[in-house]
Amino acid sequence: MTDAITITVDGERLRVTADTSIAAAVMMTGRAAARKSVSGEARGPVCGMGICFECRVTVDGRRHVRSCQTLCRDGMEVRTTDD
Amino acid sequence: MTDREYDVLIIGAGPAGIAAACAAAESGSRVLVLDDNPVPGGQIWRGGAPEATPWLERLVRSGAEVLGGTRAAVVIRGGVLLAERQAEGIEIGYRNLVLATGARELFLPFPGWTLPNVTGAGGLQALVKSGLPIKSKRVVVAGTGPLLVAVAAYLRAHGAKVLAIVEQAAFSNLIGFVLSGVLSAGKLLQAFGLQTRLLGVPVRTGSWVVQAEGPGKLERVTLSNGQTLECDYLACGFSLVPNLELAQMLGCEIEEGFVGTGALQETSVAGVYCAGEPTGIGGLDRSLVQGEIAGYAAAGAENKVQRLLKARDRHERFSHALAECFALRDELRRLATPETIVCRCEDVTLGRIREESNWTAAKLQTRCGMGPCQGRICGAALEFLEGYPRSSVRPPAFPVSMGVLAGKRD
Repeated sequence: MTDAITITVDGERLRVTADTSIAAAVMMTGRAAARKSVSGEARGPVCGMGICFECRVTVDGRRHVRSCQTLCRDGMEVRTTDD
Repeated sequence: MTDREYDVLIIGAGPAGIAAACAAAESGSRVLVLDDNPVPGGQIWRGGAPEATPWLERLVRSGAEVLGGTRAAVVIRGGVLLAERQAEGIEIGYRNLVLATGARELFLPFPGWTLPNVTGAGGLQALVKSGLPIKSKRVVVAGTGPLLVAVAAYLRAHGAKVLAIVEQAAFSNLIGFVLSGVLSAGKLLQAFGLQTRLLGVPVRTGSWVVQAEGPGKLERVTLSNGQTLECDYLACGFSLVPNLELAQMLGCEIEEGFVGTGALQETSVAGVYCAGEPTGIGGLDRSLVQGEIAGYAAAGAENKVQRLLKARDRHERFSHALAECFALRDELRRLATPETIVCRCEDVTLGRIREESNWTAAKLQTRCGMGPCQGRICGAALEFLEGYPRSSVRPPAFPVSMGVLAGKRD
């Protein structure tokens, strides 16, 4: 459960434990924003429980993934601020 | 044809759903519990908790199946639910349904509330539980309710510097809450005993955050008394609002903002039961008792509920006292300025929303409440701010891909 795995966030490599959510991993890199709002504002996680959709990121090319509800997997490629 | 068939289908694997699953499965029913989260426990037991262990062990022993990372999307016909799991649709057949969909935090708009690192109170706790390092971070915990104290204690135990707990309720309300006598000794410890671990954290009652600032992300907050605090996170939530979307979609009667239930936690719709926060905000013990009752009833084992009824009444009194004590003050309706974004999905300001005559017009003309969260954040806020009625809910309950909907047709 807590084995260390490696993911990339916008190309930056990051070691995390396997019980880490993508939202937490993104914030670990110092990025406060997960996405850009429709008017271009930076937005980050708010509710932490899959309701607000502010933490959306792109995971392995799949867009609009709620990063707070998704756990990191080895080799995952995460992109922030796609939308 | 469905992919799976069950006697009792339970939506939500928090305390209410877990208790319902145990009760129903132990009574001989074939039970499935669905949850959006990867693992059971709900928000309160996210990341594990000592009091969760016996329940999680009982759940395993009960033989109930649990399906995490799965969202209930829509009831496509009587007794068949379409759920989404890893972008795939699953059809689940059931005889009886237990809604244990929990609650979410109420977020109220104020200038700067959309800045990154302004989170919910439970929201920040959930992020820390899922791996966010909080050691040495400066945090202001604000909003209302017993959750604030619990969150502050949790964050502090994980190394955060909690600069202040900012509670909008007046001190006299809190004292009234304690003296009202509805607090059992256990509840008292739960709600206020935590404060002994919080020595040194200023608790400001009758106060609230009026502004958050910082370029690109949060740097400081201003309180209602004019004080400014430099901080890394603002964890701000104004208590809880029930997740009613599925109940509304199924046509369950809503009474004063909550799902109406009878003696066996049955809703107005035959075969549909409801337990926990959707029936009223009252915390863990209330959810467990209601969940057990609902589980027994859904499994046709009504004879087992008698011993639980007294406890349920007691928790109900606690729930009412809670609502009274932490009632939101009027000043909070006036924090947002016309320039403040209210709908975070579509970036619609309060000024723009007020140009429209009502909620429906605002949705049609501004797309307010029409984004991915489907009005879960702004709808609840506008209910308090503008007195807008709760929106009707159209399926699916969450955005799902067309493939999931199209791939699952008979």
